Amino acid sequence: MSAVEIVGPQAVPQLQAQVEQIIAEAKKQGASACEVAVSVEQGLSTTVRQREVETVEFNRDQGFGITLYVGQRKGSASTSASGEAAIRETVAAALAIAKHASEDDCSGLADAALMATELPQLDLYHPWAISPEQAIEQALVCEAAAFAADTRIKNADGTTLNTHQGCRVYGNSHGFVSGYASTRHSLSCVMIAEDGGQMQRDYWYDVNRQGELLSDAASIGLRAAQRSVSRLGARPVPTCEVPVLFSAELATGLFGNFLAAISGGNLYRKSSFLEGTLGQQLFPEWMKLDERPHIPRALGSAAFDGDGLATYAKSFVEGGELLSYVLGTYSGRKLGMPSTANAGGVHNLFVSHGEEDQQALIKRMGRGLLVTELMGQGLNMVTGDYSRGAGGYWVENGEIQFPVQEVTIAGNLRDMFKQIVAVGSDLELRSNIRTGSVLIERMTVAGS
Amino acid sequence: MSEMLLSVSEHVLSPGGLTIDHLPSVLGELVGPGIDAADLYFQSQVSETWVLEDGIVKEGSFNLDQGVGVRAQSGEKTGFAYSNAITAEALSQAARAARSIARAGQQGRVQAFSSSAVTALYAPDNPLDVIGRAEKVELLKQIDQATRALDTRIKQVTVSLAGVWDRVLVASNDGSLGADVRPLVRFNVSVIVEQNGRRERGGHGGGGRTDYRYFLAKDGLNESRAMGYAREALRQALVNLEAIPAPAGSMPVVMGAGWSGVLLHEAVGHGLEGDFNRKGSSAYSGRMGEMVASSLCTIVDDGTLAERRGSLSVDDEGTPTECTTLIENGVLKGYMQDKLNARLMGVACTGNGRRESYAHLPMPRMTNTYMLAGESDPEEIIRSVKRGIYCANLGGGQVDITSGKFVFSTSEAYLIEDGKITAPVKGATLIGNGPEAMSRVSMVGNDLALDSGVGTCGKDGQSVPVGVGQPTLKIDAITVGGTGA
Repeated sequence: MSAVEIVGPQAVPQLQAQVEQIIAEAKKQGASACEVAVSVEQGLSTTVRQREVETVEFNRDQGFGITLYVGQRKGSASTSASGEAAIRETVAAALAIAKHASEDDCSGLADAALMATELPQLDLYHPWAISPEQAIEQALVCEAAAFAADTRIKNADGTTLNTHQGCRVYGNSHGFVSGYASTRHSLSCVMIAEDGGQMQRDYWYDVNRQGELLSDAASIGLRAAQRSVSRLGARPVPTCEVPVLFSAELATGLFGNFLAAISGGNLYRKSSFLEGTLGQQLFPEWMKLDERPHIPRALGSAAFDGDGLATYAKSFVEGGELLSYVLGTYSGRKLGMPSTANAGGVHNLFVSHGEEDQQALIKRMGRGLLVTELMGQGLNMVTGDYSRGAGGYWVENGEIQFPVQEVTIAGNLRDMFKQIVAVGSDLELRSNIRTGSVLIERMTVAGS
Repeated sequence: MSEMLLSVSEHVLSPGGLTIDHLPSVLGELVGPGIDAADLYFQSQVSETWVLEDGIVKEGSFNLDQGVGVRAQSGEKTGFAYSNAITAEALSQAARAARSIARAGQQGRVQAFSSSAVTALYAPDNPLDVIGRAEKVELLKQIDQATRALDTRIKQVTVSLAGVWDRVLVASNDGSLGADVRPLVRFNVSVIVEQNGRRERGGHGGGGRTDYRYFLAKDGLNESRAMGYAREALRQALVNLEAIPAPAGSMPVVMGAGWSGVLLHEAVGHGLEGDFNRKGSSAYSGRMGEMVASSLCTIVDDGTLAERRGSLSVDDEGTPTECTTLIENGVLKGYMQDKLNARLMGVACTGNGRRESYAHLPMPRMTNTYMLAGESDPEEIIRSVKRGIYCANLGGGQVDITSGKFVFSTSEAYLIEDGKITAPVKGATLIGNGPEAMSRVSMVGNDLALDSGVGTCGKDGQSVPVGVGQPTLKIDAITVGGTGA
């Protein structure tokens, strides 16, 4: 089998030249301003199941997108085609749209003076010299460890090793042009346990910018197997109001919901339950939520945002109080506020936490539900009403009693944020949001 | 060779200097020793979106995506590669990568191409071009203004229009050669209303494999279909302004006709996709011929409905779609199959091989999945419930096919008290177990309706457009995830 070709930093100059060529074409066709992103990505994905290779996929994607302005009117176009004709036609398509769009006072590039000038090196590119055969071998080791872990592991739903590298360059007609190469590698394992006529599946995975730093393949398989087996015998509990402990990997979602609720797009659309809450106490006083965008090798790191502004470290919440919204140039203008350099999102959110790990939080909860699985979308962003399918474990006397399934948990996010009792020290490191398990004082659990 | 095959091959192959006559040799290169099956999937897609908010047409976007996916199969193994360039060199490179999964074995064969006549379920014309840009913008503005004029409690209106024109060509070593030209359009309205400091949202939309004129057509009240969506979005938002907390616990639930068919998509549909059953990972695995639902339930997956969002003249492997009976009077009758899973399970392919694009592998997917009408009067179904919930409209859903657990969330629901629909309740998630919930279906209405055409289904990270439908039906007990008593 052939090894994967490398897309890396050496592609940056060529992509920068393409960005400049596209900007020149847009000016030539009559755009008053524009911004362009060009990317090329390559990857290998291998899946094994039941000790055999199931798929070997080679990925290679390229493309560019342009947003251009004619005065205050805006149009966008993108394509996976390449070459001069594709550039001409794509620019023309964006221009035709801009000519028909409405005048929008808030549209346009960020101010030229705000463009990022000093860009930190974030060390995001670590290609993994792994052949398809070696990738298959690692996946097989992972799955074998899962099968060996417990006789009740009867089936598998796929163990996948992914290695991915990409290069992306952004530029605009202020003359800003910059790009970087990055990598991302992961190993995931889904196993099926069977006993007493019940089948349960669960998974485990790891992801890292450096392939060599992924958790040991066998340990991932073992964890997937243990999780699946521990779900056997799951049943609903009677409807009740109890404390709920979100495991760290799910707690990231709660803070993801929070970031969405304070993001400019939802605020100016009057679609957020946190509109107008700047300066208010939304969390307990001991809580702090920080963005740290420049951590070397971190999954969420970025030197500049989607508008070309330099990203910077800041607190969104301190002392439980909301200090800043999440704003890009456009949403900032709509709200009459400066951009927070978050066009495209937040880069590495850190949630403050205490000393207790998940085990200690289970003890502290005493009686309640430990949630390790959530289903469905169940959040109304306009009202904060939250209702989702859940699975996990029933806790009594500070100890896990039995697995739970087919229940829902419900509340309102605004209340839930205020009722955070503790954040654990068991940090989830595989996510852009770094938090431990989160204990919430009280939610409605609906069941049998 | 059909006219469609000629025009699609001309469009996707010619620019890179290729013709259909080149394809057997590429397939020959792909089908070396140890390869059982191989195919090439060429695609060229144009799409656009126009969005109005704050009373102005803020943005529009256009996308052109094209490429070829190359797949080789050896037993249960699949090798796959794709390229944005459609040239002889790119094809050859992708073929070498894809066939690298083969071990030793028999030299495979390439059959001579034959394409059978297929019934076209939709017009092949580019749906983006039937009205000009100025008219699209005008339509959005007009719906926005007419909607805002309906009620002073409206605080925000978002209107969007989207269209896709997809041209695909599939060539396989089994000799099948198929082409399809697929239009797809969508129109959505979202409304935010406010009253006494309380805010709620309502949304509605529709579409199908047709063109934008569908939204301009008069629908009932001497009003355009697009305006009908706007009225419906507003109605739902206003209902939700009055909503009280939904109850919590297990109770009878009546599901409305139409879009509530999301229930079937999650509780039944995914669990009957061939791949999960070949792997034995579905709660329905090995249960063919058994009762898996109440005898009132007959459920089909039908890709052959004209102009429906989930319909396809041929699937993404070139197989004509069918109306497949999944469950008949409660008995499990059939799975949905693509070529790979049909071959490995030794059954016929049902035309359910679908993929998001050339850059994704095909797998068994639903098309339009619905339950056939029963005999009960919908009002009689409501009257039969002492205390429960009526779900008129749903948001999304999700299923764990292994344990059978599924969820869906309501976007418009009401209490049923003493056989009458009373107060609206806030959105809540409902959770059940597929086979169990379906065995508790105790009444099925005579009012089968299909959804309005906005459904998208996600599986293994791939999105495809689908349709759902059902008559009003009653489930005797399912868990409702509210916060109320």
